[in-house]
Amino acid sequence: MGFLDIRNVTKSYGSVKVLHNVDIDVQQGEFLVLVGPSGCGKSTLLNMIAGLESITTGEIAIKGRVVNGVHPSRRNIAMVFQSYALYPNMTVGQNMTFGLEMHGVPKPERAAALAKVAKLLQIEQLLDRKPGQLSGGQRQRVAMGRALVRDPDVFLFDEPLSNLDAKLRVDMRTEIKKLHDKLKTTIVYVTHDQIEAMTLSTRIAVMFAGEVQQLGTPKEIYDTPTNVYVATFMGSPAMNVVAASVDMRGEVPHARVVNADGAEQFLRFSQPNMADWAGRDILLGIRPEAITDPEGADRNSANIATLSNRVTVTEPAGADTYVSMTLGDKDIVARMRADVNVGPNDVFDFAVNMEKAVAFDPKTQDRIRP
Amino acid sequence: MAVAEQDTAVRTSAVSRTLIYLILLLFALFYLLPFFVMLVNSLKPLSEITGGNMMALPQDWTIAPWLSAWSTAQIGVEPTGLRPYFLNSLMMVVPAVAISTVLGALNGYVLTKWRFRGDTFLFGLMLFSCFIPFQIVLIPMARMLGIMGLAGSIPGLILVHVVYGLGFTTLYFRNYYAAFPTELVRAAMIDGAGFFRIFWRIMLPVSGPIAVVSVIWQFTNIWNDFLFGASFGGQSQPMTVALNNLVQSSTGVKEYNVHFAGAIIAALPTLLVYVVAGRFFVRGLMAGSVKG
Repeated sequence: MGFLDIRNVTKSYGSVKVLHNVDIDVQQGEFLVLVGPSGCGKSTLLNMIAGLESITTGEIAIKGRVVNGVHPSRRNIAMVFQSYALYPNMTVGQNMTFGLEMHGVPKPERAAALAKVAKLLQIEQLLDRKPGQLSGGQRQRVAMGRALVRDPDVFLFDEPLSNLDAKLRVDMRTEIKKLHDKLKTTIVYVTHDQIEAMTLSTRIAVMFAGEVQQLGTPKEIYDTPTNVYVATFMGSPAMNVVAASVDMRGEVPHARVVNADGAEQFLRFSQPNMADWAGRDILLGIRPEAITDPEGADRNSANIATLSNRVTVTEPAGADTYVSMTLGDKDIVARMRADVNVGPNDVFDFAVNMEKAVAFDPKTQDRIRP
Repeated sequence: MAVAEQDTAVRTSAVSRTLIYLILLLFALFYLLPFFVMLVNSLKPLSEITGGNMMALPQDWTIAPWLSAWSTAQIGVEPTGLRPYFLNSLMMVVPAVAISTVLGALNGYVLTKWRFRGDTFLFGLMLFSCFIPFQIVLIPMARMLGIMGLAGSIPGLILVHVVYGLGFTTLYFRNYYAAFPTELVRAAMIDGAGFFRIFWRIMLPVSGPIAVVSVIWQFTNIWNDFLFGASFGGQSQPMTVALNNLVQSSTGVKEYNVHFAGAIIAALPTLLVYVVAGRFFVRGLMAGSVKG
């Protein structure tokens, strides 16, 4: 049993089911990120944990106490909203202590809690200002401060960084991570940004169409995605997924990819169990960073396949250069070092790290497990 | 709090600007003319009005017509002046405006932040009341007031005006609160504030501009109402009915100067509400509640 238990929870609006049997155990001190595209049900799930939306079936328990039907204020949770939701008529200090005041905490204790959190977040000089006089980043801090003052069991974050500009977002991301490392609080964090999910979380739940597609550590999600959806959603640029078939060449399974001009390419699999799929169609998934120039290939890999192909586009991105080619029926992106010497229309030897390649069943879209 | 003044004016040349101001000035004078006539004639003895020029300034300045209109003029059969009726109007209008505004705010709050099945339909029905002419409800209203024992009393008039005003005040507050971020209400719920606490501590403090709109609208309508006052006033008729009785009396000499003074007295409170409340009319109190 976890600290926050989500047991077989569903949510329906009339006959429309928006969440299907979600099961997640969150341990104490864990940073769980719910990630997925708009409309996948992640915010609905968060609101159900908060008590702002009712639970259709299933149970949510915090510290072993089932909270279905318990009022939000009695769940001992705090929430940071996307719009920050600071009360415009109150000062920063009043905003942060409003919850304590509502819970009947005496004034001296409120002041002490406020001083402690204000010091932690370095917003002591802002306490007498109104939210309208703060910058975006400052409002973000105050919103987090308001949650921290309560000292709740579970923190809920609803896309807290999506209203900030790009640079500030990265800074605040680091700050939230530091804060979590320091305070060891239990956090459920909703975002549609897969980089936030990867960097912040101890575990990620990738959601799509009201279902948890995969629940695991960032590394598990990234390296061993359960299906094509998770594989292509997590990672930027997205994982390349190409139609291929399994071909046995001297007892060793290879992925056979046919280009538009009829040229065949063979890439040796590292997983021996791919032999079970001999002669059948699969989907081959390769991360952009697993395709490099021969010099940039991973030296620790025991299986680097070479792929001779024509380059279509090169996109220098500063730290990396993205090199595109056409493989099979798809445009493939390779992520190479910045100073790689290659131009459009060159025929180039791509080094593919097949140890990192994954294969999917084209019918179920699920990953073929080694 | 510094409110950012945005310059939205269209740049125009000095010539067209002068022209615009001239025309505006002309219209302003035109609209002020009746008030000027009322004011100067209310400060003249009657002989100056009957014997001469309506537009001229008084030769013999006097406030006697004002005093007469206020306390001694013949209203119907009693020589009481407008004073008791003015008090009637005040006792009616203050509670009626306050109650209808607070109820409208509560309605708007419920209709936008505590949505329930059929809320839009209910709001539609309430809007409907804005379109019902006064005359249609006179007889049913008289019957209802009779049943409730409120006929011919100030509480009865207050009830009538509250019921009639609710449609408008609800409309104002509902539309205002529809733009109010619901996340603030949710945040307050998590913070542990209940239904009324959220209303008092979160919603009302930012409702200034719309409350002013509602108060001005309700005050003007209720103060100026004649039909309900004449129909249901009984022994406690409001100012408008008394003014009618003063001006329309068909016996004796027509004291125009007293009539003018009475009319100005009757119009003063609404004027005052506009001057005082109008200043708060456009102040944006919502700045910075959410991401700006």
